[in-house]
Amino acid sequence: MTSPKVSVSELDMHAYVDGRLPEKRREEVETFLAANPQEQERVGVYLQQNNMLHALFDPVLAEPIPPQWRTPDQRWSWRLGPVAAAMAWIALGSALGWLLRGELTGSSGRNVDFARRAAIAHAVYSPEVRHPVEVTAEQEEHLVRWLSKRLGGDLKAPHLVDLGYELVGGRLLPGEKGPVAQFMYQDKNGQRLTLYIKTDTGAERETAFRFSQEGTVGVFYWIDRRLSYALSGEVGKEELLKVANGVYRKLNP
Amino acid sequence: MNDADGIVAHIPPLRRYARALTGDTVAAEDLVQDTLERAWRRFGLWRRGSNLRAWLFTIMHNIFINQVKATQNRRNQAADGAEVKLPATPTQEERLDLRDLNKALRMLSAEQREVVLLIGLEQVSYDEAAKILGLPVGTVMSRLSRGREHLRLLMNRGSATAQLKVVK
Repeated sequence: MTSPKVSVSELDMHAYVDGRLPEKRREEVETFLAANPQEQERVGVYLQQNNMLHALFDPVLAEPIPPQWRTPDQRWSWRLGPVAAAMAWIALGSALGWLLRGELTGSSGRNVDFARRAAIAHAVYSPEVRHPVEVTAEQEEHLVRWLSKRLGGDLKAPHLVDLGYELVGGRLLPGEKGPVAQFMYQDKNGQRLTLYIKTDTGAERETAFRFSQEGTVGVFYWIDRRLSYALSGEVGKEELLKVANGVYRKLNP
Repeated sequence: MNDADGIVAHIPPLRRYARALTGDTVAAEDLVQDTLERAWRRFGLWRRGSNLRAWLFTIMHNIFINQVKATQNRRNQAADGAEVKLPATPTQEERLDLRDLNKALRMLSAEQREVVLLIGLEQVSYDEAAKILGLPVGTVMSRLSRGREHLRLLMNRGSATAQLKVVK
């Protein structure tokens, strides 16, 4: 029968179905459900509803987008290509960086540059449909070995499936002082996050998480064991922090 | 990412949501079209750095709910003051199975359907759903709870084990 210590509300039940409970609470709910077959069945049906909704409507995601939806209207038909957009970002970023120079001195100023570079790389590659990465996740081992070799560090591509993000693949990019790596992840809605990694960390060996909002792209960045990480995405700050924490945990098991 | 790409990236989920919401391809495409037109026109009002997805879904919600209200008004007038049953009440006795999920969705009220789909299909957080729908989170949760239960009972109809009961 039900353990008297565990009290599970209707809200918990739904949060369980939607995967929004912290691990400990999730386990408590599971214990409760195991002891309450009727509730367990109900929760099972709700889970199934979500699966069925996806089965029924996810095919819509793959339908080609009518061209007229892609632009505001004829008056505003010009569109920045990714490269032009990146140039605009860099120009904007430089201006911002210059304006903020007085406040951000020394190493933190350089880290802001790092976050901005990560955001630009995210902005350029994450919308790519056909070529988002150079090496896909199917060749994960090769990808990690290759990037580790080029960067001269021991890289890992953390698995984030439990957070709802799958590894798409990765690519090598030019950084300020040498090559940097970018791993790309996406959730089942196609929402993409990128993890940008460089080996040059200057004097710092470890820092706390810092956040930077670069236009529409949010970036959490930190240094851990002589590698600099920046996780970028156009998701809410909370969601991004959750994944950043996940990345950190996976890299420090 | 430039502004255009920012919006474009959200088109497939907006379209999926519209399809599930309306249950009709043509109506859904119109809803997406209206949403995008309004979004492009008002893009200057979008606060940079805030949640673009929530902003777009809010626009779609407003358009959709206005259409629902207009339809209800027309029906009410047509019925000449008589009380009109809204689609929240199932009219069929036949059993609905997996293939009939779409049909069952139509039997939910528009308000419940929105919540069930935003959370179950679009996987937005409870807070984000509350923001999109302009409701307190508590209201979102109770609609979610009723919507899912209603859907469960609809899908169970005709099967011997399930009894239709009013939930909460």
